Amino acid sequence: MLSIKKITKVFNPRTINEKIALHNVSFTLKEGDFVTLIGGNGSGKSTLLNCVAGVYPVDHGNILIDDINVTNLCEHKRAALLGRVFQDPIMGTAANMGIEENLALAYRRGQKRGLKWGISNKEREHYREILKTLELGLENRLSTKVGLLSGGQRQALTLLMATLKRPKLLLLDEHTAALDPKTAQKVLELSDRIIQEENLTTLMVTHNMKDAIKHGNRLMMMYEGKVVLDIKGEEKNKLTVEDLLVRFGHVSGEEFANDRALLS
Amino acid sequence: MVQIFMGAISLGLLWAIVTIGVYITYRILAIADLTVEGSIVMGAAIAASAIIRGVNPYIAIAISFIGGLLAGLVTGLLHTKLKIPSLLSGILTMIALYSINLRIMGKANISLLRMNTAYSAFENLGVNHNGAVIMVGIIFVGCIIGILYWFFGTEIGCAIRATGDNPQMVRAQGINTNTTIILGLMISNGLVAVAGALIAQSQSFADVQMGIGSIVIGLASVIIGEVLFGKRNFFSRLVSLVLGAITYRIIIALVLKLGMSANDLKLFTAITVAIALALPVFRSYLKPLKKSIKKAE
Repeated sequence: MLSIKKITKVFNPRTINEKIALHNVSFTLKEGDFVTLIGGNGSGKSTLLNCVAGVYPVDHGNILIDDINVTNLCEHKRAALLGRVFQDPIMGTAANMGIEENLALAYRRGQKRGLKWGISNKEREHYREILKTLELGLENRLSTKVGLLSGGQRQALTLLMATLKRPKLLLLDEHTAALDPKTAQKVLELSDRIIQEENLTTLMVTHNMKDAIKHGNRLMMMYEGKVVLDIKGEEKNKLTVEDLLVRFGHVSGEEFANDRALLS
Repeated sequence: MVQIFMGAISLGLLWAIVTIGVYITYRILAIADLTVEGSIVMGAAIAASAIIRGVNPYIAIAISFIGGLLAGLVTGLLHTKLKIPSLLSGILTMIALYSINLRIMGKANISLLRMNTAYSAFENLGVNHNGAVIMVGIIFVGCIIGILYWFFGTEIGCAIRATGDNPQMVRAQGINTNTTIILGLMISNGLVAVAGALIAQSQSFADVQMGIGSIVIGLASVIIGEVLFGKRNFFSRLVSLVLGAITYRIIIALVLKLGMSANDLKLFTAITVAIALALPVFRSYLKPLKKSIKKAE
């Protein structure tokens, strides 16, 4: 499904600020895999996601989605294969446009856009139906400007937009980190539900170890630009936070304790 | 006095087209595009040169439109493909157009006196000049608003609107933001060139200097329109731009009538726009002040 082959990404090469964000990272995801990706600040999680999404070009290596080599494909072309939700709720939606207009933009992801009307009445009904499933009352506010919604509502909407047209791969970049704990929990549950219903292959970055253990069928941990842990199947099901900390200590030779990951 | 108002309304209608062009870049794309200063002259230059060679004035306006599209294309390519900041891209095209406009006209100005213009058809019916300009102006503005209202509701139009709002999100939805930015700049400058062509025919000359300050006038009209006539939906916004442009012209006519020197006009306009743009800042200063006054009471 997704196959990452020895990708390397260096920021500010050959300067004093040189930072090897990704170092020879390789892994593959199977169809339907739901991977939670954890790691400290600056470990390369978000860079990895952005490289897959095409925000940054990689320096070496290849990225294949469904056997299509997307390494040199620019961001908007790759978008046809990807659904993305960002950390900042503001990033995923157009604030000055209505809820239905945002959905309509997402509904046409990967399609050629022409001079047809931007939203059809048939679509509106469809949007109303799926907005109902969010249970946020948004189905009655189709033309409300997205800028007027709360962070949680916007993130739920972004999630809907990312999956409105079934993506080959769903990328969730700490999409609950900016929300209050209760809202974060709701958005996570919603993510889980959609991923299971649609059987979506997913890569979810999180800072929260408990969330990383609770969700998905596979857990990867990054450290200094490398994937240092890759736990799946039965092993993943039995995993606890304590296990994770011990195992991280073994591979990195460091205590994970000072990291933000422990705090949440 | 009636004559002054008629003059202001007729000029305002033509400048409404410039205002709509400025609105597309400044508000929809969130780019301050200075190409306008060159493309308005380009429109005038193309139309004037074509008309004195005996070209039908409406065809001349169509050629001006194409010229404006190309000017916008150049700015768009400089900005998106060569990664030059948008403000600078506009300035570069504007400066380049100065020379190109001189080339088009062959001299610094062209007189259109006693030429067959877009207004002649109405003037021949016995309508006075201002009346004819108002009629042609209404027809053009009406058509442009209709077309834009439709266009910005289409899939491509929605993509352009979203680009100014959140380019990152737009790319994530599979839209090439370079294309949408270039399209927006082209449409904007095409409209501004049409306005230039109409203005030149209305004042009976095209001059290479006539674009100076046009971006500021456009911005002033956009802001006046938004402040005075609201911004509920897209259609009412477009109409508010037209009313804003006319209001601006009436204000100018009045201050001139009150005895302000015409030489001070640009200073007056610049100060007005600066104040209007700074209004949110003034408000944020005033808020805590008001609160503390209330507390003191």
